[in-house]
Amino acid sequence: MANVKSVPRTAAVPKEGSLSGARRMNILLKLVIAIIASIIALYPVVYVISASLNPTNSITDLIPGQVSFVNYNKLVNDNQYPVFVWLFNSIKVAAISTLVTVTLTAFAAYAFSRFRFKGRRTGLLVILLIQLFPNTLAIVSLYLLLLQIGNLVPWFGLNTHGGLILIYSGGALGFNTWLMKGFFDTIPRELDESGTIDGATPTQIFFLILLPLIRPILAVISILAFIGTYADFLIAKVMLTEKETYTLAVGLNLLLGDGGSQRASNWGLFAAAALIGALPIVVVFLILQKQLIGGLTTGAVKG
Amino acid sequence: MQQTQSEKLKQVGPGGTSGGPGPREREPFNYTDLGLRLIGLAFIDGIAIWFALSIYSRENSPIIPIALLLVTALINVIFLYGPLYPVRWLTPGLLMLLLMVIYPLGYNIYISFTNNSSGHTLTREQVVNQLKQQTYQPANAVTYSMTVYRNAAGQFKVVLKNPTNNTAFIGDQNGLQPYTAPATLPASLDGGYNKLTPFQAAAQQQALQNLNLRSNDLAIEIVSGSEAKESRSKYSYDAGSGKLMDLQTNTVYTPVNGTFTSPDGKTLTPGFTDLAGFDNYARVFTSGDITGPFIGVFIWTFIFAGMSVFLTFSVGLGMALVLNDDDLPLRTLFRVLLFIPYTIPAFISSLVWAGLFSIVGPVGEGFKSLFGQGFSFFSDPNAAKAMLLFVNTWLGYPYMMLICLGALQSIPADIYEAATIDGANRVQKFFSLTLPLLLVSVGPLLIGSFAFNFNNFGIIQLITQGGPADASTTTPAGKTDILISYTYRLAFGTGKGQDLGLAATISLFIFIIIAAITTFSFRYTKQLEEVLN
Repeated sequence: MANVKSVPRTAAVPKEGSLSGARRMNILLKLVIAIIASIIALYPVVYVISASLNPTNSITDLIPGQVSFVNYNKLVNDNQYPVFVWLFNSIKVAAISTLVTVTLTAFAAYAFSRFRFKGRRTGLLVILLIQLFPNTLAIVSLYLLLLQIGNLVPWFGLNTHGGLILIYSGGALGFNTWLMKGFFDTIPRELDESGTIDGATPTQIFFLILLPLIRPILAVISILAFIGTYADFLIAKVMLTEKETYTLAVGLNLLLGDGGSQRASNWGLFAAAALIGALPIVVVFLILQKQLIGGLTTGAVKG
Repeated sequence: MQQTQSEKLKQVGPGGTSGGPGPREREPFNYTDLGLRLIGLAFIDGIAIWFALSIYSRENSPIIPIALLLVTALINVIFLYGPLYPVRWLTPGLLMLLLMVIYPLGYNIYISFTNNSSGHTLTREQVVNQLKQQTYQPANAVTYSMTVYRNAAGQFKVVLKNPTNNTAFIGDQNGLQPYTAPATLPASLDGGYNKLTPFQAAAQQQALQNLNLRSNDLAIEIVSGSEAKESRSKYSYDAGSGKLMDLQTNTVYTPVNGTFTSPDGKTLTPGFTDLAGFDNYARVFTSGDITGPFIGVFIWTFIFAGMSVFLTFSVGLGMALVLNDDDLPLRTLFRVLLFIPYTIPAFISSLVWAGLFSIVGPVGEGFKSLFGQGFSFFSDPNAAKAMLLFVNTWLGYPYMMLICLGALQSIPADIYEAATIDGANRVQKFFSLTLPLLLVSVGPLLIGSFAFNFNNFGIIQLITQGGPADASTTTPAGKTDILISYTYRLAFGTGKGQDLGLAATISLFIFIIIAAITTFSFRYTKQLEEVLN
């Protein structure tokens, strides 16, 4: 450690084959830390994979005694825990909410980027401020609101996916608007102007010229919004009251119960369901890591 | 295409311009566009008017319908008045914001000033109507002799004769009317109603209960196939004074805190929702039953959020420092492996960890084999808290790791060389160069992470449900509850009753705390200005 001082250049610009003993120790130490950390990071993952393949429903064995797909078979045929219905519900709700969110965001971002109007700055700030308060804080009044809406339009009442989508889409404007507005700003205005000269209306400019150009950011925001909605637990838990309407998050919670014997008896089933529910998200995240993290650090999602 | 179409339209009907806005220099006037707008607005206006009417007929209060119509009028203005063109693009998003974010927040404030809770969920009107349905039999109740008639459609009429004075009533599903009855009742009535024998009538008793045999405060109760007894409404309500009168005992009930209460303290259930002033706020600070758990929950919320940020950042930074070394073998592989916890939806990993830590899971079993007896992380408050922090660190460190990796790479290497020349050792370099420079760039994200964990309902609910329970209180607080999960339990929990008013009050406290944190973090954020331009 101390000899860093004596060989200052090595630390900054390491040269191949010229590693000192202390440097070797340093790398070895880091390697050990990385291996231990990876084991802890992957332990639950490996554990769930093995549990899903273990027909004996054991919650304690890391290595299954025998391997079978009996848990996956049960998932398909189980009426008590309709996991695929939940998964479908989750995907449906998340997909529609995402579509609404991204559409409304793109419209708003276009206005904020391309037009100069009174209240524009204030509007941007207000959107940001409101977004900072997650609508989970108003969960009590959202519940009563859906109750009232449901009396008028049953499609959007409590225990409906319509109502849930309404809530999720309600927070559409927010950081997303900022993110997308920033992206619009990078597209030269000369493009719009040439469109105007050719006789295009602002609507045509938006849909025909700009929309194709902002596809990368649309994709990032869509994926983040989708994952955020897919993973929501609180709102879905409050608004959905029947097993058939549950999303995956609420359903899996039901499957495991609140501890005790049920946790053990449904473990294999849960593990299989958890893998099916998590795998698509994990894959998307790993593939698009760079773009998504870029979006996250600029605050594309709440939190 | 668009142009030729509109030109055609112009030739066909040039007279239509008078109503619309004239052609503008910036925005070429376009009939198709105006037509589409008008059709769209007509559609929206129709829906809005229908909504306003149905809300008005249901709620009997004009406030929401009027607000709805005002907003609709505003939409019309925005879409017809040329200079507001840019706002058209914002309208859909702003409407959603208004309905699902701003209105609920305002409504939440209103609820916090009411006593909305178990036994106080109905409106005063609903409660009065419910109480008015109650009847009693006066001491000298008349027993009517009853004759039942039925038509082919299965509808009933009943004739009720008072045997003492020969007055009579006729009743069906629409109500009770006076009736001049002949000495012997006819075998059939107008409208194809045929007389039933008492025996046949008794068989129809269930269907007869659906008849509305009420007139003013008189309510007839069918006793058998041939007899019915007089009963009277128990309560009468005076809308002017808001008082309820028990006609049987002549007791006057006055509304006190959303409950009809008699002078000697008797109360009627159910109660109704009523304004409660600052009661809920006062309860948080003065009611021993609520203050105790609230302070516990409040402190733990800060510890949970603060420790979560500290631990995820520390571990994330540590991992970033490890991965930042170019000489580390398999660096890319480790980077992917260490990132995996972040990619799994948190609700799934939370449940997995809950299973792993359960007494029947591997952690519990591990304790058994090491110490001879199992250990439940769920029944000891401190163990449960440690477990939550551990899981939350596992969930959150990869995000910090990636951010720190990026930030580390943006720190220029030459300042380290300068520090080395100045004789700084590794520890000094870390604490006086790396850390301060990192904190400048990741500071706002740390505050964001604090705010997120402050409201991290999912992990608490999915792992401990707030438990172990706090036995010392009648509110449903648990030892690991944070404010948001406590709010949830107050509002929607089962077992100890619902208290929406108190829940709304506590969520306002969270609101204020988040607002304070946000104001604080805004001072750190200079990027804002860039986007605002």
